Amino acid sequence: MSKLYTFLKYFFISFWTIFVVAPFLWAVSTSFKDFQSVNSKVTYIPWLDFEPTLEGWRVLIKSPAKGGVDIVEPYFNSIFVTCTASLISIVLGTLAAYALSRFTFKAGFVRNNDITFFFISQRIMPPIVLSIPFFIFLSTIGLLDSLLGLVVVYIVLLMPIAVWIMVDFFNRVPKELDETALIDGCNPYQAFYKVVLPNSIPGLIVAGMFCIIFGWIDFFFAFILTFTEVQLLPVKVVALNSSITPWWSLSASALVSVAPLIIVAFVVERYLSKGNLSGALK
Amino acid sequence: MNLIGEKISYKPDEQFHLNDVSFNFKKGNLYTILGRTLSGKTTLLKTIAGLLNPDQGSISFEEKDFIKIPVWERNVAMVYQQFINYPHLNVYENITFPLEQRKLSPEQIKKDVDEALKTVGLVGFENRKIQELSGGQQQRVALARSLAKKAKILLLDEPLVNLDYKLREQLREEFKRIFSEGLSQDTILIYSTTDPQEVMELNGEVIVLDEGKVLQKGPAKEIFENPSNLKVAEISNDPPMNVLKGSKNSKNLNFENISLEIPNHFKNLEDKDYNFGIRASEIKLDENGEEFEIELAEISGSETLLHLKRGNSKIIALIEEVMNFKIHEKVKINFNANKFYAFGEDEKLVSSPYGGTNG
Repeated sequence: MSKLYTFLKYFFISFWTIFVVAPFLWAVSTSFKDFQSVNSKVTYIPWLDFEPTLEGWRVLIKSPAKGGVDIVEPYFNSIFVTCTASLISIVLGTLAAYALSRFTFKAGFVRNNDITFFFISQRIMPPIVLSIPFFIFLSTIGLLDSLLGLVVVYIVLLMPIAVWIMVDFFNRVPKELDETALIDGCNPYQAFYKVVLPNSIPGLIVAGMFCIIFGWIDFFFAFILTFTEVQLLPVKVVALNSSITPWWSLSASALVSVAPLIIVAFVVERYLSKGNLSGALK
Repeated sequence: MNLIGEKISYKPDEQFHLNDVSFNFKKGNLYTILGRTLSGKTTLLKTIAGLLNPDQGSISFEEKDFIKIPVWERNVAMVYQQFINYPHLNVYENITFPLEQRKLSPEQIKKDVDEALKTVGLVGFENRKIQELSGGQQQRVALARSLAKKAKILLLDEPLVNLDYKLREQLREEFKRIFSEGLSQDTILIYSTTDPQEVMELNGEVIVLDEGKVLQKGPAKEIFENPSNLKVAEISNDPPMNVLKGSKNSKNLNFENISLEIPNHFKNLEDKDYNFGIRASEIKLDENGEEFEIELAEISGSETLLHLKRGNSKIIALIEEVMNFKIHEKVKINFNANKFYAFGEDEKLVSSPYGGTNG
């Protein structure tokens, strides 16, 4: 029984690993191919099956004038927009979540839960519903096709995630912890950043990770709200597609786009499993 | 210079959490607040700490209006029944936290913390993480943090209730020592509990609280000997004092077809109906006694608690040895008539074996 279980367990894990890793290997392999190696017959292994070339990668950093696509600038644009919007969302979202978790608000029929729901409801609508108001809003204040405009829009998208995760997290931090901090001579702000915040690091990491992921992978708003001045990575990657699909540079750009998320995932995984942070509060 | 509360009421919802509570706490004394769960003990302590603002009434300390001073400037210390420490700090940092908040000099902090660690017996645990400690040790850290602060008002909210039996006994003993050695004459210590035994052992001034109302105030001995009414008698005894509805005539005390000789302290009592009170420990097994039916027998440690029934009366007897009884078995018991209390039909104390009456 237990042998069968072990066998099944490893069988499933192996299967799943192959399922997840294979596309990456496929993309890595493809990124070193040229037109000939992609289109003539199915090839897998460099040097044996086909002659590897760096052309697919070179295209990504060459300027358009020399026949390249230059994703370097969109890459840094994406990093800037994602990080700035995530950071602001986390800061504002955490403060909002703490207030929603600890204080009771009453305004007419509106209570804390309604306010929390209001935040989350921003994510319930299909993005296309928001696109027109966003477009008009940004064009009115003159931030269409600019990094700042994108940051503003992304904050609207990401902050609900931060609020949602952090409200849930703060609700699990015993209120007595804040009270003890107050009794021990902290004013409410000090109680927040000296006691509550250091004990909320796991929640902050999770919220931050979600913000970064959702910010980084957004194509829709980046596509609608930018034209020529500013471009983000997802839009640029899609724009690679022309009359001949350049599978090699598409693979290469897909790999560099996903790289930051993989790095973030590994760092966070290490950090979360290293300390028993999640068990700090019962 | 005292901590004085006057007519404090707090009613956040339909029910009173505190109802017209007044007190006058003097420095250097120990006060215990005795009451069942939800009687308002925690609310009262939080009000003194400043975490709650009462709807009505005033609190003053050292001639200052306490209600106008925010929590973080009140210089109080509080230990919760849950073990509340700062999980991101180690033991030493936990205890220094309030001292650093007050910006004391490093030498002073070190001295105070070492002293507090010594008092609670946690020397050598300075660098441990809070999560690595047992419940009892966590509570000691919380206590050390409160002691190191040298706060003028020290609040302990059922500090032992979440500990297991043995640890509770041990810490209770240590608390007595800590309170007698470790506190200055400047400190007011307020200790809340549901456990009458703790109240008697700590032997301070007692406030009996029920449904937010003060039922009785006085020294522990006085509460034990002369509970002012039936409610206090129930709250201040574990197991609660037995109540038997009966009457007194010129010759006997009568209840449930039992007649007892009138004890000396009842001699001057008016002949009428009473609620008689008798502690579980004043009921003994006796071959020549009265017959009762056993409803339940609990063995706890070296004692047996017998839940007995006769007619409409249910009583609990505390037998000081471990015995096996069968449920529904009949036993014969004898009451120590000299330890009978008489409460009037309005539940107020009329006569006690210790000579106290209630007006």
